[in-house]
Amino acid sequence: MKFTMSDNDRQSCCDSNKLALAEGEPAQPTSRRNALLKLGAGLNAFAGLLIGVPVFGYVLSTFSKKSPRTWVSLGPLDQFPEGNTRLAVFQNPVTKTWDGDTTRVPCWVRRIEAEKFQVFAINCTHLGCPVRWFQQSRLFMCPCHGGVFYEDGSHASGPPPRGLFVYEHKVEDGELKILGGNLPTLAEPT
Amino acid sequence: MLRSIALWLENRLHLVKLFESTAGHRVPPSTDSWFYVFGSGTLLCFVLQIVTGICLALVYVPSASQAWPSLQYLNNQQFLGAFLRAVHNWGSIFMVAIMSLHLVQTFLLGAYKYPRELTWVSGCVLFLCTLGMAFTGQVLRFDQDAYWGLGIGASVMGRVPFIGAQLVHFMLAGSIIAGETLSRFFTMHVFVVPGMIIALLSLHLRLVLTKGINEFPQPGRLVSKETYENEYLEVVKKTGVPFVPDVIGKDLIFSAFLVVAIVTCALVFGPAGPNGPPNPTLIHTAPKPDFYFLPVYAILALLPAYMETFLLLVAPVIGLAVLILLPFYSGTGEKSYRRRPMAVVIVVLAFLTVGILAHLGTHAPWSPQMDAWSGAPTPVALIRDRSGLELQGALLIQGKQCRNCHSLNGEGGQRGPALDTVATRLTSDELVRQVIQGSGNMPAYGKNLSPAEVAALVAFMETLRPSYQPPARDSTEAVRLPSIEPVHPLSKDLRAERLEQTK
Repeated sequence: MKFTMSDNDRQSCCDSNKLALAEGEPAQPTSRRNALLKLGAGLNAFAGLLIGVPVFGYVLSTFSKKSPRTWVSLGPLDQFPEGNTRLAVFQNPVTKTWDGDTTRVPCWVRRIEAEKFQVFAINCTHLGCPVRWFQQSRLFMCPCHGGVFYEDGSHASGPPPRGLFVYEHKVEDGELKILGGNLPTLAEPT
Repeated sequence: MLRSIALWLENRLHLVKLFESTAGHRVPPSTDSWFYVFGSGTLLCFVLQIVTGICLALVYVPSASQAWPSLQYLNNQQFLGAFLRAVHNWGSIFMVAIMSLHLVQTFLLGAYKYPRELTWVSGCVLFLCTLGMAFTGQVLRFDQDAYWGLGIGASVMGRVPFIGAQLVHFMLAGSIIAGETLSRFFTMHVFVVPGMIIALLSLHLRLVLTKGINEFPQPGRLVSKETYENEYLEVVKKTGVPFVPDVIGKDLIFSAFLVVAIVTCALVFGPAGPNGPPNPTLIHTAPKPDFYFLPVYAILALLPAYMETFLLLVAPVIGLAVLILLPFYSGTGEKSYRRRPMAVVIVVLAFLTVGILAHLGTHAPWSPQMDAWSGAPTPVALIRDRSGLELQGALLIQGKQCRNCHSLNGEGGQRGPALDTVATRLTSDELVRQVIQGSGNMPAYGKNLSPAEVAALVAFMETLRPSYQPPARDSTEAVRLPSIEPVHPLSKDLRAERLEQTK
C-alpha cells in the first residue's frame, strides 16, 4: 500500500507551515515553548487517565466471566408427574425492580422416576430460540431453524451442535432446585 | 435594512466564502446525473431518522418493564405516535435500501479508486453503523422478537473462542437478558452509534470537498496516481459548475420523492409491532428478525452445522476486509462499469444472493410448523375408503407431530419432503427404516412408537400415491407384471409358464 502525495498536496502543506511560523510569537524561544507544550500535554495525558480509567472500568465491568449462579426452587416435587416433561418457571436469582417479566425464566423439567430428574434450558443450543416439548412424539422442537432433541435432551436432528443445555439440580425439602442465573450458551453451557 | 443585516452577518461569518468552499464547490458537469442522488438520499433518511427518533424518545421508556407498555401507548394513545413510529420504521428500511444503492453505484462507477480511498472506507463503516442502528433499533422495540433476537445474538457471541462467555455478559450487561440489556442497547442506538455516524459523515463529506466528487467515468480513461488529480483539477477548472445551484436539482427531486414514499409506506402499512410482550415464559413464539437480517437468518438454517461457527465469526471479517480494502488492491485503472464485467457480475450475484436468501428467510421452509399437527386437517381424499389400520396411521401422522415437518396437500411444515406421494418413492421396508431410524434432518422415532404404531403409520403411507403412479419397488425384487402373481425370482420355469398363460 503506497500513499503518495501529489505536488499540490505538498505545496499546500508547506504553505500552511510557513503561515503558522509567521503568525507565532518570535519573542519566545523555541525551547521554552516546547517545554510548555510538553508539560501541557503531559498534564492532559494524566487528566485523561483520571477520567479514562474509571470510564473504561465502568463500561468493561460487565466484560467478565462470573455469573452469579445460585440454587433456585422450581416448586414442590408433586408438580412434576413421573414420566412427564413439564414447563417450569423460576425467578432469576439476580433481579432489579425495572427488569419486568424478563427475570421469569422458563425451563423444561423431565421427571424420569421418583427423584430422578433432568432440567433442560429453554434455549435451543443452535441460536437460543425457545424449544417446545411434544408429549406425543416425545421430542423437543425448535421453531427457528428446525432443531429437534429427544426427551433425554440429546440431539436428534437439525443444525444444533449439541444436546439441550442441562441445569444442575437437587431435591431439597420436598422441592426441586436448580443452579440458575445464567443464559446458557455454547461458551457457558450451564 | 435586510441588506444591512445580511452584510453584517457576512462580515462576521464570511458566509460567501463558506458557501463557495462547501455547497457551492465546483464539480465536473458529468456528475449532474440520476446515478448521483443516492448519497444525498441516504443523508435525508438519516436526518429523518434523527427527527422522528427524537420525537419517539420523548415518550418511549427504555426500561424492560415499561418499554412495551410505552410502545402500546405510542401506538394507541399518543397523538400521531403510530404515524411517527411508522415513519421511523420505514425511514430505516429506506435508509438501508438507498444506502445499498449508493454503495453499488460508487462501486460500479469506480468512485472508490485513487484518490478517494478514505471516502470509500468511511462509507463502508457508515454502512456497518447503519446496520448496527437497525439491529439495536429492533431491540428497542422490546417485544418477543426483540427478546429472543437478543438470545440469538448471545448465542452467536457464545461461539467466540476463549472470550465467548465474557462477550455474552458484555453484550447482555449481565448473565441474562434483562433491564440493563435494554438500557445498553438504548445507549448504543441513541447516543453511541448516531455519534459515530455524525463523525464519520463529517469525514465522508469533508473528503468529498477535499478530493472532489467522482466524475462520471468514461470507458477507457484509466486512473493513474501520477496524473489523475491534475486531470481532475483541470476538468473542474475548465468546465466545473457549482454544486448549488447547478447540480443539486436532481438530488432535491429524488429526496422529495423519497419522503413521499416513506410517508406513503408509513400510512399504508403502519408501524411495526410491537408483537407479544417480552415475557420469556411465553414460549409459543417463532422469533424472526427484521428484514435486513433475514438473509443471515436464512443462511444459518441452510449451512451445514460444521461450517456455522466459521461463517458466523470468520467469514464476516474476511468479507468486510475484502470490501473495505477494495481501493487499496484495486485503486487504479479502469473506472467505468462498461469495461469492468466482473464488477457487474459481482453486483448481480450479490443482489441475487441477498434477494434469494431474504425470500427464503421470509418463508422459512426449514422451520417446523409447530401447530400443523393439531391445526391442519387431514385431506378427505387421502382417508376415503381406507382400512382401519390405515386410518389409525392417518391419526398417528397427526398425533405424532409428523405434519409439523411434512405437508399433506400443501398444508404442514416444509422441513421434510411432502408425504402426498411418498409411496412412489419409498417401499414399505424403507418407510419402516426411515420412521424408526430417521436420518439427516429427521429424528428417529424408534423409541417413541410401538411396533403396532409403526405398522399402522407405514400402512397409511403406502396408500399415499396417485392412482396412475405405481408404488416404489424394491430393486432386488422381481418385476411384477400386470395380473401375474408375485413369483419367487429363482423359479424361472414357473414364471415363463405364467407368462405363456397370459398371452
